Amino acid sequence: MITQLFDSSGRLIINYHYYSGDWLPLLFAFLMGLSMLIYGLLDGYDLGVGMLSIFSKDKEEKDKMIASIGPFWDANETWLVLGVGILLIAFPKAHGIILTSLYLPVFIMLIGLIFRGVAFDFRAKCEKKFQKKWDIAFFAGSLTTALAQGYMLGFYIAGFQSNWQSIIFSFLVSISLAIGYCLIGANWLIMKTSNDLQKRAINWARLSLYGAIFCIFLVSIGTPIASVRIFSKWFIYPDIFYLLPIPIFTGLLVLLMYSFLKKLPLKDDKMCWVPFALTIPIAILCFAGLAYSFFPFIIPEQIAIVHAASSDSSLKIVLIGVSIVLPVLLGYTFFTYKVFHGKVSPLKYD
Amino acid sequence: MDALILSRIQFAANISFHILFPAITIALGWFLLFFKLRYNSTQNYKWMNIYFFWTKVFALCFALGVVTGITMSFQFGTNWPGFMNSVGNIAGPLLGYEVLTAFFLEATFLGVMLFGFNKVKPWVHTTSTILVTIGTTLSAFWILVLNSWMQTPSGFEMVDGVAIVTSWKEVIFNPSMPYRFVHKLLASGLTASFLIAGISAYRYTKGYQADSVKSAIKVSVICAALLIPIQIVIGDLHGLNTLKYQPEKVAAMEGNWETQKGIPLILFAIPDKKTRSNKYSVEIPKLSSWILTHDLNGEVLGLNDFKEHPPVGPVFWSFRIMIAVGLLMLFVSWLGFYFYIRKKSLPNFYYKILTLMTFSGWFATLAGWYTTEVGRQPYLVSGVLKTADAIIPNIVLPSYTRVPSTHIAFSLTIYIVVYTLLLIAFISTLFYMARNSEDKEFDEKEFDPRTGQRRTIISTEKIIV
Repeated sequence: MITQLFDSSGRLIINYHYYSGDWLPLLFAFLMGLSMLIYGLLDGYDLGVGMLSIFSKDKEEKDKMIASIGPFWDANETWLVLGVGILLIAFPKAHGIILTSLYLPVFIMLIGLIFRGVAFDFRAKCEKKFQKKWDIAFFAGSLTTALAQGYMLGFYIAGFQSNWQSIIFSFLVSISLAIGYCLIGANWLIMKTSNDLQKRAINWARLSLYGAIFCIFLVSIGTPIASVRIFSKWFIYPDIFYLLPIPIFTGLLVLLMYSFLKKLPLKDDKMCWVPFALTIPIAILCFAGLAYSFFPFIIPEQIAIVHAASSDSSLKIVLIGVSIVLPVLLGYTFFTYKVFHGKVSPLKYD
Repeated sequence: MDALILSRIQFAANISFHILFPAITIALGWFLLFFKLRYNSTQNYKWMNIYFFWTKVFALCFALGVVTGITMSFQFGTNWPGFMNSVGNIAGPLLGYEVLTAFFLEATFLGVMLFGFNKVKPWVHTTSTILVTIGTTLSAFWILVLNSWMQTPSGFEMVDGVAIVTSWKEVIFNPSMPYRFVHKLLASGLTASFLIAGISAYRYTKGYQADSVKSAIKVSVICAALLIPIQIVIGDLHGLNTLKYQPEKVAAMEGNWETQKGIPLILFAIPDKKTRSNKYSVEIPKLSSWILTHDLNGEVLGLNDFKEHPPVGPVFWSFRIMIAVGLLMLFVSWLGFYFYIRKKSLPNFYYKILTLMTFSGWFATLAGWYTTEVGRQPYLVSGVLKTADAIIPNIVLPSYTRVPSTHIAFSLTIYIVVYTLLLIAFISTLFYMARNSEDKEFDEKEFDPRTGQRRTIISTEKIIV
């Protein structure tokens, strides 16, 4: 199969061929996307809780919020390492270019991740007088990480162009992602907490939802300015009709979440898990939209997925590992969520 | 300064800071398992008290190890794109297997191990401890496979500047891997032993003389006394392996400039790269030849016979620091062993020595790593890829711009500030925990003898995350 791609003025940008043997790179691109999606959802809720922790009314409430993510954050972050790992294993050529182009935002994210990860432990073990400082580090680290990740996403969408449009667009995506994480985090808290904290979490979720809707609106306007290619991929007849279900379903799910957030909390805390559960299909739809926008490129407008892949023998040996490990991994992830399911209890070592 | 030297300093700073924590956790995991199993078989609660104190330290070290490890996984791309471009087919799968088999295992079961004691059945908790420990050791295995492959590459061929694997068996079991892996595990065992002994001795001298503290000291001192002679033998074998595959590194370690018979063991010297000789040398005749060739008059290759060799001073000195700390460990642990056998108890000054030795494992570990890593220069992958060639990708796109050195200088400065801060925080928190945590008073009645779990949760306890 040969596919050719033209820019708006009809000039040929790329000419790529697919062969039946290309299923390996494409499969790895799918796996990479999948781990990034899982990462976004899982670390999304704990980064969100981290950002919301600044609004807790006292130490007890903060402890509860942090306890709700305590047993999970380590494993959540590992999905990021897996995502970047697959980029590195399967697409070494793209890996170097993407990460060098994102040098500063990656660095800022890493500093954020460092502070957040260690603040989690230090705040509980350090001398009392330093505790407040680690609490701030926990908040600031979570915020910085979310903003930096959003910036990278925006810059990636815009195809690493260093002009003012793409920088403004990147900042916009950056704020959107942080608000999105807050929404997931607030929904997580609604599920994991009760009483006063839960009521406050419902309120946070509502505010984040308003923010998220506003941001989606701005980003939708901004995308055609930032990337003509993505715009033309979506708004073209007849493709637009096949694609319509994505925004429509997203909109319906958002409305459903909105109505739940208005009604909660219900008697006996019924349905408290619904808002969090709703974030999952929303995230999948958004991600599908993004994936559609990029395909078949791994570096927008420059390198196609199949052209950046490493040798088949390397991909195969990793695939063997992935097929064995992934089911086991999902199994024991499920197990830990079962162990710590239900409303949060104070974290104790003994 | 240019991007190359800044990137090198940055990576060295990152990896040096990172290794401090895995060096503890790899073996501390096995110690925790030992304490847990001792409790399971004796039902003496002092073992659980040791376990709980050291899980907190484990959690702290683990978090520091995770965040600094993530930093490094990104730096392969941000600072060394050429590395993945040329040897990505080998490094990629090895790192991938680390993430798949080790990272997820340890990170997931860590939650159960730390916070699940009262939520799961005792055997599930013990199993979680085992899985976390296996995870950390597997993680060390994959990383050391990759590092060893970079030192002594095998099982591949170069096609158009890209390494293609010919035999995964040879890649994984490359010539230096078994030695380096065992050497590193033992080093971790010693690092954790001296850490446990040092902190416990500190608790003891601060007046907290519970059974749990005494037992922790005894276990760790005896463990160190057993491990150090094994480590010396393995270290020697590792050295002989290096002599075979990387003779220029050994020449730098020995400060041996000329190929000659019966080379001396140099105790002290200042290698001078201008005159290509040693100044102020203090030596024991023929001993190096004997160690390296097991013959007093054995011939050993000198630096002048190599077209390229690593910088001599740093390799020469870090090797000596490692050996010196190792000998100190031997002396201190055997002294403790002697006290236990002859006197049945430890004299007060010995606790002070143990406290001073708390971080001795760190010094030996870092010095050892500097010896082997600087000793590989100017190559990143011996004979295959030069360090200088790894800072740019070998395919360049129109939009590609090199990372400006000002950006690297900026990130390096922040990293150093952050890491210094974290190191201070870690050490002070560790000693704070040692001073301020006492074993909990456990009442036998609280335990359900059938399940081994507590019936009620003591409500007055602090919430410890």
